[in-house]
Amino acid sequence: MKAAAFDYVRASSVDEICRLLADAGDEERKIIAGGQTLVPLMAMRMARPDMLIDINDVTELAGIHDRGDYISFGAGTRQRALERSDVVSDRLPLLAKAVRNVGHIQTRNRGTIGGSIVHGDPSAEIPLAALALEAKMVLRDLSGETEIPIDGFFEAAMITNIGPEQLMTEIRIPVWQGARVGTGFHETSSRQGDFAIVAAAAQVELGEDGKILRAVVSVGGAAPSPVKLHALEAALAGVSPDDVDALMTLVDEVINPDTDVHATAAYRQRVSRGLVSRAIADAIEETRT
Amino acid sequence: MTAVEITLNVNGHDRPVSVPPRMTLVDCLRDMLRMTGTHVGCEHGICGACSVMLDGEPIRSCLMFAVQAEGHKITTVEGLLQSDGSLSDLQDSFWECHALQCGYCTPGMLVASESLLNENPDPTADDIREAISGNLCRCTGYQQIVEAVQMTAKRRREGASNG
Repeated sequence: MKAAAFDYVRASSVDEICRLLADAGDEERKIIAGGQTLVPLMAMRMARPDMLIDINDVTELAGIHDRGDYISFGAGTRQRALERSDVVSDRLPLLAKAVRNVGHIQTRNRGTIGGSIVHGDPSAEIPLAALALEAKMVLRDLSGETEIPIDGFFEAAMITNIGPEQLMTEIRIPVWQGARVGTGFHETSSRQGDFAIVAAAAQVELGEDGKILRAVVSVGGAAPSPVKLHALEAALAGVSPDDVDALMTLVDEVINPDTDVHATAAYRQRVSRGLVSRAIADAIEETRT
Repeated sequence: MTAVEITLNVNGHDRPVSVPPRMTLVDCLRDMLRMTGTHVGCEHGICGACSVMLDGEPIRSCLMFAVQAEGHKITTVEGLLQSDGSLSDLQDSFWECHALQCGYCTPGMLVASESLLNENPDPTADDIREAISGNLCRCTGYQQIVEAVQMTAKRRREGASNG
């Protein structure tokens, strides 16, 4: 359980990082921030980068800023900083709920928001919440910056659509400004802090007529990547909170889980429906408080 | 793979050391600096035995390369001792409450618990369970560990109010 040999560079600026990535040639060069996903992969020799580019000294890559209609997170912002942030708990309560389920204090002290998203672990909570909330990510390379939506970023388990020359610099998560917004997050795992067997995230806004104005819902752990339940979201709009249960068959139509050592496919399917239902119920309940 | 010359600040002392980049912080502490108080268990971030403090916050030293720790303050279980080398009040409480049997998880439990008490002098049992949830113990069933941390917190609060 020792990582293979690599060269190590402590980068001091975003430009230097992009230059090192662009000049990789035949080498595999990887960014290391918190290392809470990457280092285990290296210890198990599932990753063998030739070079690690340490971005922890680049202070502009960390920080939480309220930009009005969205919250900006430097990709290197620690998960523990999210957990302690009043901006996150006030403005993005769904993310605040999700972060509490991410690993343990020791891993949240190092692990970053960007690292969690960029690795795309199928059971990770931050990608799940960011997907539900329709986050945008800023990717940078030598030619400049691009902003991409998170929907479509997760390709397969631990595979995401970021180029080898690209650095994720920022995550932008939209804030719902309405007065009647509620959130729900549910997870089942062997123990608190363990990898999710299934997790579900939901955010709901009610209109003045008491019906659902809009809703976003995503499920993690039940597929190779977190899944956004587009059909359910569309069906929820305009529906009375009392009529939500009848729509839960829409979860089964998109969730097609695998069996592994932790749970069978049938169990994941059933739990997905249950947790989505609870997350939406919690979100609706929260709009009333 | 060439070794890198770094200086690590461990328990307040600067320690120059030569390490290959792939060497984890826990291996550097144990094998290079011969500080074997920090234990190494799973080597991939699951068991918590290797917990140390980095700038006062608990982390897993198997998930950090030693080269990354330069410029930070590292506190290991050896750093919890009193200046005369005797056990800290937390360590005494572990002893009194039988909060260890084989002792493998103990350094990590002590570091995680001390970090909690630094941040929260009056933790509930749930707070303590949350703080040590990343540390596996196969002997105690955790109950005595929770009691030991509660005992320490109580004594520190009483000490503070008496002093």
